Amino acid sequence: MPVSLFDWFADRRKGQFVGKVSQETDESDGLWGKCPECGQVVYRKDLQANASVCSNCGHHNRINSDERISLIADQNTFEATDTQLTPTDPLGFKDRRAYADRLRESQANTGLKDGVITGICRVESMPLALAVMDFRFMGGSMGSVVGEKITRLVEKATSDRLPLLIVCASGGARMQEGMLSLMQMAKISGALERHREAELLYMPLLTHPTTGGVTASFAMLGDLILAEPKALIGFAGRRVIEQTLREKLPDNFQTAEYLQEHGFVDTIVPRTRLRKTLATLLRLHGVKTVK
Amino acid sequence: MARRYLLEFEKPLVELEKQIEQIRELARDSEVDVSQQLLQLETLAAKRREEIFAALTPAQKIQVARHPHRPSTLDYIQMFCDDWIELHGDRSGSDDQALIGGVGRIGERSVLLIGHQKGRDTKENVARNFGMATPGGYRKALRLMDHADRFRLPIITLIDTPGAYAGLLAEEQGQGEAIAVNLREMFRLRVPIIATVIGEGGSGGALGIGVADRLLMFQHSVYTVASPEACASILWRDAAKAPEAAAALKITGQDLLTLGVVDEVLPEPAGGNNWAPLKAGEVLRKAIENHLDQLTSLPISKLRQQRYKKFRAMGRVLEQKNSGEGITA
Repeated sequence: MPVSLFDWFADRRKGQFVGKVSQETDESDGLWGKCPECGQVVYRKDLQANASVCSNCGHHNRINSDERISLIADQNTFEATDTQLTPTDPLGFKDRRAYADRLRESQANTGLKDGVITGICRVESMPLALAVMDFRFMGGSMGSVVGEKITRLVEKATSDRLPLLIVCASGGARMQEGMLSLMQMAKISGALERHREAELLYMPLLTHPTTGGVTASFAMLGDLILAEPKALIGFAGRRVIEQTLREKLPDNFQTAEYLQEHGFVDTIVPRTRLRKTLATLLRLHGVKTVK
Repeated sequence: MARRYLLEFEKPLVELEKQIEQIRELARDSEVDVSQQLLQLETLAAKRREEIFAALTPAQKIQVARHPHRPSTLDYIQMFCDDWIELHGDRSGSDDQALIGGVGRIGERSVLLIGHQKGRDTKENVARNFGMATPGGYRKALRLMDHADRFRLPIITLIDTPGAYAGLLAEEQGQGEAIAVNLREMFRLRVPIIATVIGEGGSGGALGIGVADRLLMFQHSVYTVASPEACASILWRDAAKAPEAAAALKITGQDLLTLGVVDEVLPEPAGGNNWAPLKAGEVLRKAIENHLDQLTSLPISKLRQQRYKKFRAMGRVLEQKNSGEGITA
């Protein structure tokens, strides 16, 4: 989606979220960090032990896909699927820089092949098909690899009769893959239709930010929709809307809380309670523990 | 003939058209036989037009696709539906004017038709919200498609939108959710679905009625993941680079045929469909009937299986296996 990505890039230029957050969480040098929200100085190890949530103000700092998996999955139970899939440059796309170069750079910086990790894990001994988008990889944008890996995971969940969780973090479509990117929305939604038909549980977890094409597809298709506190969730970008309306938007516009107020989020789950909440929901929906 | 609304790149035709008009006027006022000269000039103009339209850049195609006189959803319905009754409302408190639908007959078949509707002028466009549908529009579309599913009416959707509406109310009412549910539910439907991009297909707003067994596009229609203007300002950091973005994004029917997104590109006359709307209606009706002939004979399970497979195959990834590398479509 053009608009939200636009905002995301604009915000990134201002260093509003990528810069600030990654400084707090990614730099391993320095024992102390400062919370970007309340300014509290925190001991970095304490922050990590608290799922990167500020113990003073509750601000949820961004975490990467590996950290997310370790917060959800029982220890050593996550088995990644389709790790062999890598992106191509189907359009031969070049803007100020070639897409191929951007890919190589993102791969080098993150150690990932593309913007999502998929696999099967256990949560309190219950099986779960899990996809985690990684915002560090080109803004979590949805290209063919993201679409293909998620689709394969949904298909596996359907055939193996597994509940499914997709942790969303995305600026939307990956423009460098053109219409092939847009079509991933349809592809994943089609796979989710079959998972739903099989009467299996699907829950997206919306994390900061979940926007554009992801919001207009699998992020909003959960049987139950979970969100992290204060996560930005929306279809169109705030600035675009402000320009069309020429009026002030509510302060909490497009936050998880705002979406819950308007009926689009079932429950907001603080990260520190994520695993417990997931386990409870799985249990309540009849998911059995396995050895 | 009324003065045509000419696009920037059609300007070389202005002089010729002026001359033709002058000669016509002359002929009206005198007894001089000018038919020979007229024929010559008209042939020349037609040839120039053909040359211009054979070599349109993607950015120019966008202008044709957005041409204010390009046939719209209601124009096509009027052209090829024998019976037509528009049906209103999403049953949740709104009736979007930018996304309309109803039941009608094409030849011997009863069908459900849905499409984005733009306006011809500013006043109409305000009423139609420039063809940008609200969540209520997408929910009305789904309600009508469910109706078609119950009564086994094939679904014809006509795509012509700059994108789904981006506004406060649209966010509040769940624009993302409304589109998402349509994407999923269109895979469930048990009737044939044919989608045609008649003008511009703007991203998720287009896809929201675009999951189909067949996706058709007119020759000068475009289908984009993001508007070239937005793409240029994000990736080039310069909105003026929109023509470059339009080329890079691969948005034309021919490009999308190659990428496996589109099933058929429908020809347009030189000058575009606005030049010969009746012809456009004929071309589209024939194409729809042709595809319906193929699709209505399929058993439901096969139809849905094929629809799934069609979208399942979209995308390009590199799959590195132990035995080397291979590209899966």
